[in-house]
Amino acid sequence: MVEDPQNSTQPAADPFDGRVVGIDLGTTNSLVAYMQGDAPAVIPGEDGSPIVPSVVAFDQETADGFSVGNAARNVLLSNSANAVYSVKRLMGRDMADVQPELVHFPFRLADGLKPGEVLKLQVGGLTLTPPEISAYILLQLKRNAERFFGAPVRKAVITVPAYFNDAQRQATKDAGRIAGLEVLRLVNEPTAAALAYGLDKQKDGIIAVYDLGGGTFDISILKLHDGIFEVISTGGDTHLGGDDIDNLLTAVALDDIRGDLGDDVYQSILTHPESIQHLRKAIIDAKIALSASTSAILSIPLPPLGEKPAGIYAREITRTQFEQLIAPILRRTVGPVQQALKDAKLAPDQIQEVVMVGGSTRIPAVRALVTQLFDLEARGKKLHTELNPDEVVALGAAVQAQILSGVTSPATSDLLLLDVTPLSLGIEALGGVVARILQRNSTIPASATEHFTTGVDGQTNVAIHVLQGEREMAKDCRSLARFDLKGIPPMVAGLPRIEVKFLIDANGILHVSALEQRSGKQAQVEVKPTYGLTDEQVETMILDSFDHAEEDIRARQLVEARNEAQIILDALHKGKQSPAWPQLPPDVHAAIELAATELSRLMQGDDYKIIREAIETLDQLTRPLAEMMMDSAVTGALGGKTMETARQSLSSLGQAPSAPHPFAPAQIEPSTQPNPIQPAKPNPAKPTPDS
Amino acid sequence: MSDTDYFTLFSLPHHLRIDLAALERTFYAQSRKLHPDRFASRPPEEQQAALAASSRLNDAYRTLRDPILRTEYLLTLHGIQLDEQSRSATDAARASGTEKKQAVPPDLLEEAFELNMALEEIKMSGDDPDARAQLESARAKFTAMLCESRHQLEALWTAWDNALDASNHASQEACKQALVSLLNRRSYIRNLVRDVNAALDAATAPQS
Repeated sequence: MVEDPQNSTQPAADPFDGRVVGIDLGTTNSLVAYMQGDAPAVIPGEDGSPIVPSVVAFDQETADGFSVGNAARNVLLSNSANAVYSVKRLMGRDMADVQPELVHFPFRLADGLKPGEVLKLQVGGLTLTPPEISAYILLQLKRNAERFFGAPVRKAVITVPAYFNDAQRQATKDAGRIAGLEVLRLVNEPTAAALAYGLDKQKDGIIAVYDLGGGTFDISILKLHDGIFEVISTGGDTHLGGDDIDNLLTAVALDDIRGDLGDDVYQSILTHPESIQHLRKAIIDAKIALSASTSAILSIPLPPLGEKPAGIYAREITRTQFEQLIAPILRRTVGPVQQALKDAKLAPDQIQEVVMVGGSTRIPAVRALVTQLFDLEARGKKLHTELNPDEVVALGAAVQAQILSGVTSPATSDLLLLDVTPLSLGIEALGGVVARILQRNSTIPASATEHFTTGVDGQTNVAIHVLQGEREMAKDCRSLARFDLKGIPPMVAGLPRIEVKFLIDANGILHVSALEQRSGKQAQVEVKPTYGLTDEQVETMILDSFDHAEEDIRARQLVEARNEAQIILDALHKGKQSPAWPQLPPDVHAAIELAATELSRLMQGDDYKIIREAIETLDQLTRPLAEMMMDSAVTGALGGKTMETARQSLSSLGQAPSAPHPFAPAQIEPSTQPNPIQPAKPNPAKPTPDS
Repeated sequence: MSDTDYFTLFSLPHHLRIDLAALERTFYAQSRKLHPDRFASRPPEEQQAALAASSRLNDAYRTLRDPILRTEYLLTLHGIQLDEQSRSATDAARASGTEKKQAVPPDLLEEAFELNMALEEIKMSGDDPDARAQLESARAKFTAMLCESRHQLEALWTAWDNALDASNHASQEACKQALVSLLNRRSYIRNLVRDVNAALDAATAPQS
């Protein structure tokens, strides 16, 4: 059955079409999960681990030309220009936003980027946008799930930080589409965690979710009531997380190295991106060790320098030192927590439970801070750390995926998430001030209607600038989009009454529509996202060739198997003319003939594995013949010929019927077979580097 | 559907006193029926309808559960153009090139004048103890006024609800006018409190 993706009106014949997975697309790690009966479960990758490091490498060694996860992390250490990590930090951002990041991350921006344009990175000889890079991670998770189910997966719920703005959300949705996934919903990470927690505890009340991940921080306060998870308020910082701790410690370690070993060693590390990555890895290892023990050894490999061979710089770091260093970073989570409480009109002691999410909440100092913020000790309460902080978001996403799948299940049928928009929505008014039209923490979907008119007689266009943020001036808020209301019937200034409806959907993404009320004419709204990709751009990026990558590989393997079959059959044909053939017993003749006939028949089919088996059978049977032919050739060589001519006489005699070695096909018969079974040239299936 | 007002959407009369617990129960029950999550596997038209219905439900709930938004909304339903009032003030400010000014409630004229003097003073002199003391007493006074206006508001709610139930149109008109001026006064006081707080915060913050 050939699937036609264009024809979506066709009824879903695929029994797996209803399957929806939950994906946690994290800054550091990503996971995919599903509902296993009444409980969510994470899906392991090929290496058995469900955790896929959010690293993408474009290396020519792999079949697809790219790798994701642990394999990519190794590339980061050996050839860092070919790998990207923490790309989530760049989603929905523009050049000005990321300038501070570039000091710490080995992102190489493409040349000639203009302010306000979608970012592009140079990696492994390719030029890619952040949504495209994220799409490779999603694709890996999709494949992991497909391998696990043995069936295609096309729909997903993807989690985003609650504090993500419209552009960052749109970029995430775009990434899903590029990876060939229909994104049914973007779910806020702390809300997903609350869902997993609530399902576990089945208890009503007011809870806070403190989510400190690799790159982002979120705080959400929720009311759990009879299966309804109502977010009351949310706050956060989309650039605050474990990465910041790593960056700070890296800077401190580099400073120490400069002091202890001199400027030369310091410079040599700076100029070796791989050395920086080794340093970063050592820092992360030490950071993790310090969550369990009170001191750790920082062991940093040094690159060779002049005469000096590569060495190790080792020093001890105590938990006390570590906590002193990171205290200012952890303090940055306090403001958003207090603001979220204020917005919810709640005092810290009104929060009944605090759920900890994200790898960075394993740090004892983080736990101590949050315990103190919510005054837990005095109230005889403890933080909820019993759910795996790395998995809980993906597990919650799987629950939401089940809710959206339309498949009724007793575990999820009463559950409903009511989430909020994290940032206020406004429009730029005269003098550059922001007129608020929707306050933050409004339950979504939410809408607001505004009326506009013209200022000049006969004016047919009105420009509207939409912003997101809490500041008074437009220049301090996030520009979301500029809309042009077009096709307003020409009237006296001030007479047209254009009703513009702003609607934030359940994903937290804005939609705009407009109507001129005096004429009843639908005004055209041309949305120009400030930082995002247009639909057309996303369309061209869709990794459709990836979607078919496995199909492509299968097709290639079939062609290769058929070619090999033809080679061995041709060789056998020649071998039968050789003096060695009659020396074989008749039953061997019969067996070979049978195997050859079988192979001829099977190679018409399209299962490369069966063809390979038949080739192997025939190869085994003809091995004595090949040896005899070889012997006679070598005998000839011993009889005075050189090896070279012996080989020539062998080939003139007819090639020994033997399965060609896959890596050296050219040695057998270079002229007649145009490298039929050369290992497929690894090239990134899509997008191909411009050359 | 979109012609139904927010009160009707919750099967409520146009009363200003509302049982918030009952409102929440209705909101949850309606959300279970209307939320887009319930329609994610349905055809696009049904998804669109769910999006429209649930955003309207959320807009209604947000408006009705907030005392000020609810009062303003009811006044709008009953022919008061709050929107236009604010707009004409904006237009006037735009035309004269001045900052948009709210009408000062007459009894607050003197207090507001004194407060503005004190605000200027603290801006000029930094954290001057006298100006600070004055501001702090102003803050206490205006905060108390804000509290009091809440009681007045609730009294007017009762008056409105009774007038509505009795179909007493004259009394309804009187309530509406009283509510408009109370809301205006309240918003004026709230802005004063906000300015005082900002000034005190700025004075306390370390000088750079």
